[in-house]
Amino acid sequence: MMATVSSNQRNRIHPHKFTLWVAMGSIVMMFAGLTSAYIVRSNQANWLEFSLPGIFWYSTAVILFSSVTMHLSVRAFKAREMQRYRLLITVTMLLGVLFGVLQFMGFANLINHGIPLTGQGSNPSASFLAVITGLHILHVLGGIVALLVIFFKAYSSKYKSYNPLPVELAGIYWHFVDILWIYLFIFFSAVQ
Amino acid sequence: MSNETILQSTIGVTIPSEIDNHEEHVHHHHESFITKYVFSQDHKMIGKQFLITGMFWAVLGGLMSVLFRLQLGYPDSTFPWLEDIIGKWGKGGHISPEAYYALVTTHGTVLVFFVLTAGLSGTFANLLIPLQVGARDMASPFMNMLSYWFFFTASVIMLSSVFVETGPFSGGWTAYPPLSALGSASPGSKTGMDLWIIAMALFVVSSLLGGLNYIVTILNMRTKGMTMTRLPLTIWALFFTAVLGVLSFPVLLSGFILLIFDRNFGTSFYLSDIYVNGVGALPNEGGSAILFQHLFWFLGHPEVYIILLPAMGMVSEILSTNSRKPIFGYMAMVGSLFAIAILAFLVWAHHMFVTGLNPFLGSIFVLLTLLIAVPSAIKVFNWLTTLWRGNIRFTPAMLFAIGFVSLFISGGLTGIWLGNSALDIHLHDTYFVIAHFHIVMGVASMFGMFAGIYHWFPKMYGKYLNNNLGYIHFWLTMIGAYLIFWPMHYEGLAGMPRRYYDIGAWESFKQFADLNRFISTVAMIVFAVQLLFLFNFFYSIFKGRKLTTKNPWNSTTLEWTTPINPGHGNWVGEIPEVHRWAYDYGKDGHDFIQQTTPIGEDESIH
Repeated sequence: MMATVSSNQRNRIHPHKFTLWVAMGSIVMMFAGLTSAYIVRSNQANWLEFSLPGIFWYSTAVILFSSVTMHLSVRAFKAREMQRYRLLITVTMLLGVLFGVLQFMGFANLINHGIPLTGQGSNPSASFLAVITGLHILHVLGGIVALLVIFFKAYSSKYKSYNPLPVELAGIYWHFVDILWIYLFIFFSAVQ
Repeated sequence: MSNETILQSTIGVTIPSEIDNHEEHVHHHHESFITKYVFSQDHKMIGKQFLITGMFWAVLGGLMSVLFRLQLGYPDSTFPWLEDIIGKWGKGGHISPEAYYALVTTHGTVLVFFVLTAGLSGTFANLLIPLQVGARDMASPFMNMLSYWFFFTASVIMLSSVFVETGPFSGGWTAYPPLSALGSASPGSKTGMDLWIIAMALFVVSSLLGGLNYIVTILNMRTKGMTMTRLPLTIWALFFTAVLGVLSFPVLLSGFILLIFDRNFGTSFYLSDIYVNGVGALPNEGGSAILFQHLFWFLGHPEVYIILLPAMGMVSEILSTNSRKPIFGYMAMVGSLFAIAILAFLVWAHHMFVTGLNPFLGSIFVLLTLLIAVPSAIKVFNWLTTLWRGNIRFTPAMLFAIGFVSLFISGGLTGIWLGNSALDIHLHDTYFVIAHFHIVMGVASMFGMFAGIYHWFPKMYGKYLNNNLGYIHFWLTMIGAYLIFWPMHYEGLAGMPRRYYDIGAWESFKQFADLNRFISTVAMIVFAVQLLFLFNFFYSIFKGRKLTTKNPWNSTTLEWTTPINPGHGNWVGEIPEVHRWAYDYGKDGHDFIQQTTPIGEDESIH
């Protein structure tokens, strides 16, 4: 059985793309660890229940839309429509930033309603929400940095690169953080 | 696509021109001191960097154990020189309780993570994966370099924690809260713990960067003809090790992140209803210290296999090579590695039987834990049957490999005791546990590492290690290891608790005073013997007997087809094609047939 992983098959996927997939598996394990900690803790006493800030719906819409623009920018790059590609990738980045801002507005909303996330009097349920979504924002930020890098590459006059790999990698990662947020959003809505 | 075209099509990967096989092979690729020895992207150099950093930590960690064994073995004696080397921590020639706990904690952290994870799998994964699968280098040499430098930075930070005024972290290597979460809990919980957690976070990053590379290189960069079932068992073991690391270290990281928030941002993930002497009642409410244990041991248990699997893989390879026989049950070996890797994720709660775990849940974890005995027994059986009627060459590497099997059996058997939740009530946190994990995980893996170093030293440096020093090193270490840890089983069965500063306070443990002194004395001798090995290692790098053949052990695997001192890129010219599995020893009257030899007319394909 294992012998069927033979020589003609082994190079089908680019090693860097494969690395990214394994790395995403690794990130999934981190969030799996945190969300299972959340489940374990939520079954114990002194667990504050509160509804998620409504603004999270907007941020969800924003990140979903950014996935669309990301997808289109990869296609534009492959079609060598560089003008369109640059525009779309800029939009994607801005949407990523907007997502982060909306998340923080959600946090502020909670705090204003008397649910401190950290510090004295904070309940683990709110702290968990802050830490897990905060880590997710960090991962989105990582995606924005990656986009910035390829964005500046697209403007570099020194050399023109039509190697789609970096753009594809950024695209895969971007969709990943999108799906990760959808998972977290459903998780937090379902497990209270 | 060949490996070369893949490497060349990627960004950020620099390929020395000498490995471009479409050109003439002139060595016009010049490397500066910095790119060759410091920020090297050559997997072989990175492996050596991991090894030597690991050796530094092994000496330091070992020295720490000698110091705290002084306290345990000679609680009533004074050693005025202690005050000279550790200052206020050794006032009056006595190790202070704070220093004792700091030493125990740092010894554990350093040996488990910095020596046996980075030093063992970091070294041999880097050295062996590209060489044995037939690749020019790792999938991403740059990430590989980053992996080492993250480890190096983690090392510097961990080392600096030893020198801060309040001392390094002293709450045990497992870093359970509240000791790890509250700065006011103990001197070591202050700056020492901050540095500990930063160092460990960087260490996790290093492991992940390394692990990603190992997995991708093994799956994507194998040379022509190198199917998965033709891989040497070292590679299989390193593969499962990397998978375990990539899936479990992130969970440890998430545990650490929550810990950082508890320490610095006033959250209550792990803290609830705590009163600290001198500080008063803390406001934290609603946390659960057990939660950290779950997150910690979800890594912590795979971690012991991260340590052990590379040793198992190297031992399989060395036993087969030096018995001049194919490894017995290759597929069973791979299957048992796989089974161990799966079970590693399903047994973490056996570290937590006495935390108030639901007894029903406990019984499930007992069952899963005892199941590990099955793949372990398969491996032992196969090692013994590989040795059986072999034409054994007792090289130092072979002796250490056999020593590994011995230690794995003796340490593994006590694992069956400890895996029972009922027995664990009595044995938990006693010297029985210390004896068990030091033999099966600590010393056994150390033996695997020694076996690997003796076996692959010629590949690393083009020289041989001195055999006679190797034999002395082996026998004294082997005898010493058993003399140190075997008696601890009896102490543990009698209920002697671990971690205690002075056992003599109990009437019932006074009978062990002589035994403890004996253990401490042997520990010092064994430590001194390791210095002999260090001398052998560094002396042989410069003055060792030079290799005159590419293949000193008459081995079948690919690393022995490279030049004696391979450059970056490993093979001059084409990467060889592989035609057979890695264990054609004593086949059809041939002593050995290398993997690169095509299948003959009258030969059956394995």
